[in-house]
Amino acid sequence: MTIEAIQEELIDEFSMFDDWMQRYEYMIELGKSLPLIDENLKTDDKLIKGCQSKVWLNSEMKDGKIIFTADSDAIITKGIIAILVRVFSDQKPQAILDANTDFIDEIGLKEHLSPTRANGLVSMIKQMKMYALAYQTQIKN
Amino acid sequence: MSFDVQKIRNDFPILSRKVNGYPLVYLDNAATSQKPQQVIDSIVDYYSNYNANIHRGVHTLSQEATDAYEAARKKIQTHFNAKEAHEIIFTAGTTHGINLVANGFSEILKKGDEIIVSAMEHHSNIVPWQMLCEKTGAILKVIPMNEEGVLIFSEYEKLLSEKTKLVFVNHISNALGTINPIEKIIEKAHRVGAAVLIDGAQSCSHIKPDLQKLKVDFYVTSAHKMCGPTGMGILYMKEAWGNKLPPYQGGGEMIAEVSFEKTTYAGLPHKFEAGTPNICGGIAFGAAIDYLNAIGFEAIEKHENELLKYATEKLLEIEGLKIYGTGPDKTSVVSFNIEGIHPYDIGTIVDKLGIAVRTGHHCAQPIMDFYKIPGTVRASFAFYNTLEEVDALAKAVKKAKLMLS
Repeated sequence: MTIEAIQEELIDEFSMFDDWMQRYEYMIELGKSLPLIDENLKTDDKLIKGCQSKVWLNSEMKDGKIIFTADSDAIITKGIIAILVRVFSDQKPQAILDANTDFIDEIGLKEHLSPTRANGLVSMIKQMKMYALAYQTQIKN
Repeated sequence: MSFDVQKIRNDFPILSRKVNGYPLVYLDNAATSQKPQQVIDSIVDYYSNYNANIHRGVHTLSQEATDAYEAARKKIQTHFNAKEAHEIIFTAGTTHGINLVANGFSEILKKGDEIIVSAMEHHSNIVPWQMLCEKTGAILKVIPMNEEGVLIFSEYEKLLSEKTKLVFVNHISNALGTINPIEKIIEKAHRVGAAVLIDGAQSCSHIKPDLQKLKVDFYVTSAHKMCGPTGMGILYMKEAWGNKLPPYQGGGEMIAEVSFEKTTYAGLPHKFEAGTPNICGGIAFGAAIDYLNAIGFEAIEKHENELLKYATEKLLEIEGLKIYGTGPDKTSVVSFNIEGIHPYDIGTIVDKLGIAVRTGHHCAQPIMDFYKIPGTVRASFAFYNTLEEVDALAKAVKKAKLMLS
């Protein structure tokens, strides 16, 4: 599935909810179903800076696509990562680099997009794009 | 004057706004206080009617501005019962005041001298002393605290010796609300000849310290925690220290005479007030002090103690909730966690319900390390908060718990 298609799917799912509470409850559910990062990968160098809660993000290349795994000690943050992993994992580096993130606004999580927000959604996206850029550079070389 | 919280709330325009569709419940007062109309008016009045640079103009506006600014200093002196108005140095806030003192001591301390700080300090209270120790070769000692979040006094006494040159403790802990026994701390320090700097950032909105009675050497606080503006604070220093410490920054206002051969410094307080000061901030700080005194600190303390007692009871009804900072002397701060739930998650959900609390380590990581937690949720109450707002908080926390577990 392309990044755009997954984003559309998410917008669809979130449009079923009438209020923020249902959206958050769904996000929390998504967080609980997040495939966890390997315990031994929860090292300091995998930590994303700029989050009030701890967020570990790991990436690996498999058949030309990047696989992201992640975890957090806060459940709402975990929900946010689950959404991002669903959108950006198992995609080609160039596709990740080209992707925009307008869908976050559309699923009603705009408040998490502020760069000063302590949950670091912006930092997470930036880190994912950084990995993509690094892999993309490797491919070219 | 009887204490009428509804009438007081009418003075604060921000308290009638809505957040995320709910009436704002502002419980982040330990971070900053809201401002009453009287303080806002004093700012508007200054810029509308007598904005001018101070201390050197002969024209009417400059004189009016100078008079208002110096009247504010006098008001602050009276409020804190300092002996002289020139012992009140205007600063940009508590951190600025601490750095000013730390800078002064860099000329006084020698290798092997000791500075004592407490285990419950804010980061801004730890870093300047670490920098000072690196620069001078002095050694930093830490007063430990117990599980209740109370300093262990006997350990403090053990740390004191003739090597101790400076003791630095906050009056009230921002993360826990513990009120430290500063009177006893100061007295013991003076017995070994050490100077004492007290950080009053968290205390001055709740209690009115009497600086002469405390015999403290230095006391710092910020206006914005006391219904005043940001970017404004004071450093009180005993006159003898004011004469002893070197100037902090060079510039206008702080000089008596300047030539390329030699500059002589102005007397107190101007020696430490280089450059055009925050004139409006000083005047508005004065207005804030007038406002607080009109309500009265006795009434403020009484109401806040009620809020604290009620909030503690209500929150402890929630299963799995633990409060950090449970000493006998504390101010209206409740720092808590719910077992198995990250404080950040609780903060996010209660914000959606219009309630402003602080989550995280509150710039006091050593305290969090002590309790082995990533942070807490902190509700901090002011005199304009109500018992109904405590109910709203308890309800929101319950809802958050339900959603998150």
